[in-house]
Amino acid sequence: MEITQQDVEKVAQLARLAVTSAEKDTFAKQLSQILTHVDKLNQCDTTGVEPTATVMGQVNVFREDVIRPSLPSGKALANAPECEADGFVVPKILEER
Amino acid sequence: MSLHKLTLIDLQRKFAAGEVTATEIVRAYSLRISQVEPKVKAFVTQTREAACEQAEALDRKLKGWRKTMPLSGMPLAVKDNICTDGVPTTCSSRMLQNFVPPYDATVISKLRAQDYLLLGKTNLDEFAMGSSTENSAFGPSRNPWNLQCVPGGSSGGSAAAVAAEECVAALGSDTGGSIRQPAAFCGVVGLKPTYGLVSRYGLVAFASSLDQIGPITKNVSDAAFLLGAIAGHDPLDSTSIDRPVPDYLKALQKRDLKRLRVGVPVEFFTEGLDPEVDRTVRSAIEELSHLGAEVKEIRLPRTDAAVAVYYVVATAEASSNLARFDGVKFGFRAKETKDLLDLYIKTRQEGFGPEVKRRIMLGTYVLSAGYYDAYYGKAQAVRTLVCQDFEAAFKEVDVIVTPTTPTPAFKLGEKSEDPLQMYLSDIFTISVNLAGLPAISLPCGFSRAGLPIGLQLIGRAFEEETVLRAAHAYEQSTQWYHQKPILR
Repeated sequence: MEITQQDVEKVAQLARLAVTSAEKDTFAKQLSQILTHVDKLNQCDTTGVEPTATVMGQVNVFREDVIRPSLPSGKALANAPECEADGFVVPKILEER
Repeated sequence: MSLHKLTLIDLQRKFAAGEVTATEIVRAYSLRISQVEPKVKAFVTQTREAACEQAEALDRKLKGWRKTMPLSGMPLAVKDNICTDGVPTTCSSRMLQNFVPPYDATVISKLRAQDYLLLGKTNLDEFAMGSSTENSAFGPSRNPWNLQCVPGGSSGGSAAAVAAEECVAALGSDTGGSIRQPAAFCGVVGLKPTYGLVSRYGLVAFASSLDQIGPITKNVSDAAFLLGAIAGHDPLDSTSIDRPVPDYLKALQKRDLKRLRVGVPVEFFTEGLDPEVDRTVRSAIEELSHLGAEVKEIRLPRTDAAVAVYYVVATAEASSNLARFDGVKFGFRAKETKDLLDLYIKTRQEGFGPEVKRRIMLGTYVLSAGYYDAYYGKAQAVRTLVCQDFEAAFKEVDVIVTPTTPTPAFKLGEKSEDPLQMYLSDIFTISVNLAGLPAISLPCGFSRAGLPIGLQLIGRAFEEETVLRAAHAYEQSTQWYHQKPILR
């Protein structure tokens, strides 16, 4: 599979990453090389084979909904890059008209 | 004999018997760390001072009535992607450089309840992505057997710390070989438990369907001992399995391997396997047969495809797991951003290193519209075939024996420019994670250049006892683990 610099740009945008033009070139080459190796998968016949997402076969694991102690907000906010009162601070999301 | 030379079990016996205090243990290890750590660089964060205070408190507590728990006073190191309350947990990433977890991982709660002593957090490839620790944002660790060589990865710091005797044992995590490969490169024992045996709560997620925490130790008995302390069901991890934890040490009592059927997969002994590794592992297999095991050839035809499956499944899961690092709730945040989107992008651009970005990009690509079925769907189907290969093999044999890695430790910088070559070096360990099976790596000899070579034993799900018993019988008849690197 050949990955172009445009593909890299698009994927970077989806993944919320920025890429410099030098990185675009390197990533395009490296990802092409890796995906060419991954194309080996097409040599395996998987007609009628169920996909495996997890190996132990659990489906839903339920438990009683009981109140347990949780982190106090001060401790939960201690690692925040920016916080105010009891909340995380982020740049404004909605623009004023 | 210096305390740092003892195995976990021997040190534990001495401590339980009151022959040595916790304070003496910490002092001995503290001295050892200050002597060799400048060369080995195993730790990201050292917690020797806190360990010293804990040790003093423990000694006071035990003064009146000496009743110790199995890991009381035992000086351990923990991979820096396992959360420790109040102690930085960086994942060797700029993204989490200043992150101090507000809670303990379940494995840490278990160790803390037994009054273990934490000596420090060990280096890894950033977010456990890599095979050499060269992807650490804080610089690589060194292989104690040859400081020009990598210790392996991603749990390279833990393996190097155990090999250099900077701790009596350590915890690592294994997603595609990250416990076993560094254990092989550093000449120590590393065990990846069955998926679901050890809680993943508090392990920073890389690929959730593959990750497991496990012990890295000086010998097989120590691995059995430490596994028993961390295994068991945890309601906080919905993938952890509710079943009783056996006494793993008891499983080691039987020394011969009569009636044990051992399979040798022909696909593992092909071109690309270093001749010295080939020779050494084959003689280890002969030894297993001398011990009474019945050795036969088996087939694992999808060994080659497993690497491809892994780099689709693991990166897809990683791209989703690492979406949480957005500069909002914890971790790094970029400065001078104009809006929220810009904040996300700059934070992730500056916070992640190149290999993490590469894997996020690859994972995002294989999950993106138009490629999902061709890559992710296909890989999940081939994963089923990889599991079926193992099921078929385990109808004929009880344990599968292979080299842990195709070569001994490589030089620093040798593969860091070629991601695909680095990925292919995991070929012998990856399929085990895809199938969720238990596997151990233990030393089985040395290359002419004096680098350790690892033997891998793989078992059926939840048959850690069989794997440990076979490994222990081999270890006791060969005694490779008595050889130590010389660090001047």
